[in-house]
Amino acid sequence: MKQTKSLKRNIAGRLLRYVRPYKAYVLGAFVFSILYVGFVLLGPVLYGRAIDHMIGEGAVEFAQVYRMVAGFAACVLLAALSQKLLGNCVNSLCYKLVRDLRREAFFAVTEARVKYVDSHAQGDVMARIVNDVDIISDGLLQGASQLFTGVMTILATLVVMFVINYVIALVVVILTPLSLFVAAFITKRTFKSFSKQVKVQGELAAHAKEMIGGQKAVILFNEEKYSCEKFEKIDRELYEIGWRAQYYSALTNPSTRFVNAIIYAVVGVLGAIFCILSVRSGGQLVLGALTLSGFTVGMLSVFLSYANQYTKPFNEVSNVITQMQNAFASAERVFEVIDEPAEERGGNKHIEKVRGDIRIENARFSYEPGQKLIENFNLDVKAGSKIAIVGPTGCGKTTLINLLMRFYDLNEGNIFVDGVNIRDIPLDEYRGMFGMVLQESFLAGETVAWNIAYGKGNATREQIEAAAKAAYCDFFIRNMPDGYDTVLSSNINVSQGERQLLCIARVMLADPPMLILDEATSNIDTMTELRIQKAFKKIMQGRTSFIVAHRLSTILDADVILVMNHGSIIEQGTHAELMEKKGFYYNLYNSQFAKSE
Amino acid sequence: MRRYFKYLKEYKWRCIFGTLSKWFEAVLELLVPLVMARIIDVGVANEDTAYVLWGGAVMLAMGAVGFLCALYCQRSASIASQGFGTNVRNALFSHINTLSYRELDKIGSASLVTRTVNDVNQMQSGVAMIIRLVVRAPFIAAGSVILCLLIDWQIGLVVTAAAVIVALVLWMIMRRTVPYYSKNQKKLDRLSQIAGENLEGARVVRAFRSRNKERARFDAAAEDMLDNSLRIGKISAFLNPLTYAIVNFSVALILLWSGFKVNTGVLTNGEIIAVINYMMQILNAMIVISNLVSLFTKAHASMNRVSEVFDLQSSIDEGGNAQCDFSAPAVEMADVCFSYAEKGQNTLRNINLKIPAGATVGIIGGTGSGKSTLINLLPRLYDAGSGSVKVFGHDVREYPVRELRFLFGVVPQNASLFSGTVRSNLFWGNDKATDEQYEEALRVACAYDFVKEKGGLDQAVTEGGRNFSGGQRQRLTIARAVVAHPRILILDDSCSALDFATDAKVRANIAALKDVTTIIVSQRVSSIRGADIIFAMEDGAIAGCGTHEQLYADCSLYREICDSQARAAE
Repeated sequence: MKQTKSLKRNIAGRLLRYVRPYKAYVLGAFVFSILYVGFVLLGPVLYGRAIDHMIGEGAVEFAQVYRMVAGFAACVLLAALSQKLLGNCVNSLCYKLVRDLRREAFFAVTEARVKYVDSHAQGDVMARIVNDVDIISDGLLQGASQLFTGVMTILATLVVMFVINYVIALVVVILTPLSLFVAAFITKRTFKSFSKQVKVQGELAAHAKEMIGGQKAVILFNEEKYSCEKFEKIDRELYEIGWRAQYYSALTNPSTRFVNAIIYAVVGVLGAIFCILSVRSGGQLVLGALTLSGFTVGMLSVFLSYANQYTKPFNEVSNVITQMQNAFASAERVFEVIDEPAEERGGNKHIEKVRGDIRIENARFSYEPGQKLIENFNLDVKAGSKIAIVGPTGCGKTTLINLLMRFYDLNEGNIFVDGVNIRDIPLDEYRGMFGMVLQESFLAGETVAWNIAYGKGNATREQIEAAAKAAYCDFFIRNMPDGYDTVLSSNINVSQGERQLLCIARVMLADPPMLILDEATSNIDTMTELRIQKAFKKIMQGRTSFIVAHRLSTILDADVILVMNHGSIIEQGTHAELMEKKGFYYNLYNSQFAKSE
Repeated sequence: MRRYFKYLKEYKWRCIFGTLSKWFEAVLELLVPLVMARIIDVGVANEDTAYVLWGGAVMLAMGAVGFLCALYCQRSASIASQGFGTNVRNALFSHINTLSYRELDKIGSASLVTRTVNDVNQMQSGVAMIIRLVVRAPFIAAGSVILCLLIDWQIGLVVTAAAVIVALVLWMIMRRTVPYYSKNQKKLDRLSQIAGENLEGARVVRAFRSRNKERARFDAAAEDMLDNSLRIGKISAFLNPLTYAIVNFSVALILLWSGFKVNTGVLTNGEIIAVINYMMQILNAMIVISNLVSLFTKAHASMNRVSEVFDLQSSIDEGGNAQCDFSAPAVEMADVCFSYAEKGQNTLRNINLKIPAGATVGIIGGTGSGKSTLINLLPRLYDAGSGSVKVFGHDVREYPVRELRFLFGVVPQNASLFSGTVRSNLFWGNDKATDEQYEEALRVACAYDFVKEKGGLDQAVTEGGRNFSGGQRQRLTIARAVVAHPRILILDDSCSALDFATDAKVRANIAALKDVTTIIVSQRVSSIRGADIIFAMEDGAIAGCGTHEQLYADCSLYREICDSQARAAE
């Protein structure tokens, strides 16, 4: 409990730091909300006075009435003005803060280690950047401003009431807990049934998503009835919980109105009686031993107008408190993203002209401590040679890519490029030495030209088209609706193979001295497949290349073959050497490759 | 809209009484200021304490009765609207289950899910709000205006004018902000898109050192969003101050005017207080109405989206009553053409083929050559546009459609498992089989070992089967098809994630099954080269058929495919 409290303070402190650049808005919000509350409450006092000067037939003091009404109108104008300015301040503050938080969170993601991205659900991280930030702004800022205005209103109302007539004010204060109690009761019930409802609703959505997503299988297996029955079962459960949740939350308004009605009636009756007593005792209000200044109909009108909106801020305050709790939870989630440690940026050694010699010495690596993956691995690669990585599916070929690209760092041992330890080279400079084409061809939702020029920001259109031609992309790009300016989206049909070709073009334009290629396994039609093979061959010329190989031709061409199984490298050598050895590779070759002919 | 009344029918009385009770609460609420006015004008003026106390009692009673009415209404509204939502959801879901592939393709499964879940919810809250507020808010607004007119018609006119102006202001602000709100959603989607790409493409972003490029992209999008939000904020921040000012300036005007009226004795203090009270009621009611309008616009849009689904009718009929003739060829196609779009290009062109019962058949071709489309015609997932598709001697349309589908065991391209257990997934193929039979099917699919290792038939399967690897999922879907003891087993490129050795083993096990015609669709020559007949497809037509040797000799397409893959096997 204590710990959560200090955590909350911590979060609040951090949020305040984000607010700091916008001090002016905060100050504005404070000032305008005080002004707003003041003028709003002053209004009824003035018109109450005006009513008091309309004593009866032939006895209206017009000069006084005019003065009071003019004052009232001025109050209204100022109140409206400060409310508008208050709104502007709070909005600007909120939206700017939202932008800043999103930006920081996004920056953290672009800097985070690959391990973070690999080990966190994408949807969750996105929700933190997008939704949680909104919840913070709704809950904390809008909430804080509502809370402040609400509390101010309550306090100011009480003060004015006490000044006018403290007996009625006391009665109102005694009745106040009633409304607090009602608000608390409803909030609690609502919260409980809502969290239940959210759960069942989630189940329903999950079932719908799974079944409708797999509807084709449902049809094939004649399982429509089963699917519907299960849906109806969950739906029935949702009904039972749902209507109650709805009912409890719908109680707020009538209950508030009821509490209001009680306060209104009590104030009305007391006020009316005080008016009568004041008249009877000639302008003074005598209650037993107490003597107060006289109570008038105008004052009663002030009380009535306050009583009418008195409970509103109480409701708001209890709403705001739940909202704020959510906001704190969200802030914690957002800060988790922001606090994610960045990648190590490497040292400051530079290689003038990269040849492409690579040496791996005594490497040891595993994703989890305690697990054994790569142990005592050594490799010496001459510039310009081709290294094929082979092994059954799931043998950990990507681990090697991860290490070479420094997506993950070795636990022990070193990797040298042209004799320089790669940890001593600035990270970005080091990665720039490699061109990477992965199987899951990632392209951004931007234009084709933008994507090809991804690795080279200042590329001209001629250079982009030349790279596309070299990678056999030009013809299908020209067939797209806007050619090179087509924005890639789910509406644009680009096959898996074509995507890989675009990725090759992207690397060709960047022209790196070393390559990492991942051959695609399936779902590519024959013609595209041939083009990819040709493009790979072209791009590998004169570059040190690592290829995750699925094709025999690639393996036979390779200068070194690394054979991997269960995450570790178990054999290495040329094709001839490995066949000679009659080990794992020999068996793999015979089962996987030889049979296809 | 009428078509949805039936879902509300069982709640008819709840709707009516709920609305009525809410209306009654509103009446009582409108009367309170009048009672207060009497207390002031009669009780205070005559110094009649008893009258005041009675008035107070009446107000309390009215409040209590109103509260009870409101409780009843909220309860009825909750039950009726939730019940309505439940009914619509169930009807919609079972309607979706009558649709065929063609209709599913048209709307898309993601959209169907949002319609079932979110849109129906939106309609449901529409119903709740109709019962709760549609009567109350306008009645309070109109009632307040009328009562003011009754108190004093001239002052009542000021009130009316104020009400009209407030309504206009609300309408104008809403109209101006709505387009910005939909823009806001788009801008938010853009932010999500960029964030998503940076997670999915984390490696690419790092490999190309594009951190700053991505940040600039995100910054621009965030800035754009900020601009739009601020614009919305600026406009909507006018709403409360403007309406507040309009109402209270009218109050000021009324006060001035009432000064004269009180002076001439046509108006009392109590009445002024009542009028001011009504003004506040009108303002609150108007704001409620403006919220209602936006809610109903949403609910209406949702209703249209849901109606779109209800309007779809399955393009596949129930079929006839034919009985299988197992001595006839398993499949015969004559001049079959097919197109996905109504007036689109034909995906299948003049297909003629014959598959004898018990044979093993391979279909090979590049992506988009029409392989999967061809086999989709067999269990009537789609109906052929022209030509005839016969299974075991009869046109597929002559069989009862469910019976027809029981003949087939299909292993679809994307291995889709459902959450539950291994057993519950196998249930789909056959819910009457014994554990031995399930295990046998798993053995055929080379899935027995890993299932046993993981925890047997009762091993949990998470949504989409994500706790199994791609290859394991494919083998489980094969087992699911095999356990149904189908007459015709279709493997639609369903071994792509298996290594060659396992692929071969599964095929050998399947070949050993009795009385089964097997159709293997693949891009790999190795998967089909042993088949009795191979059909090579290109651009929706059959380019050649025969055994591997015949085709390699005669069909240039087949040779090209073989050579491109055999390059790996010189």
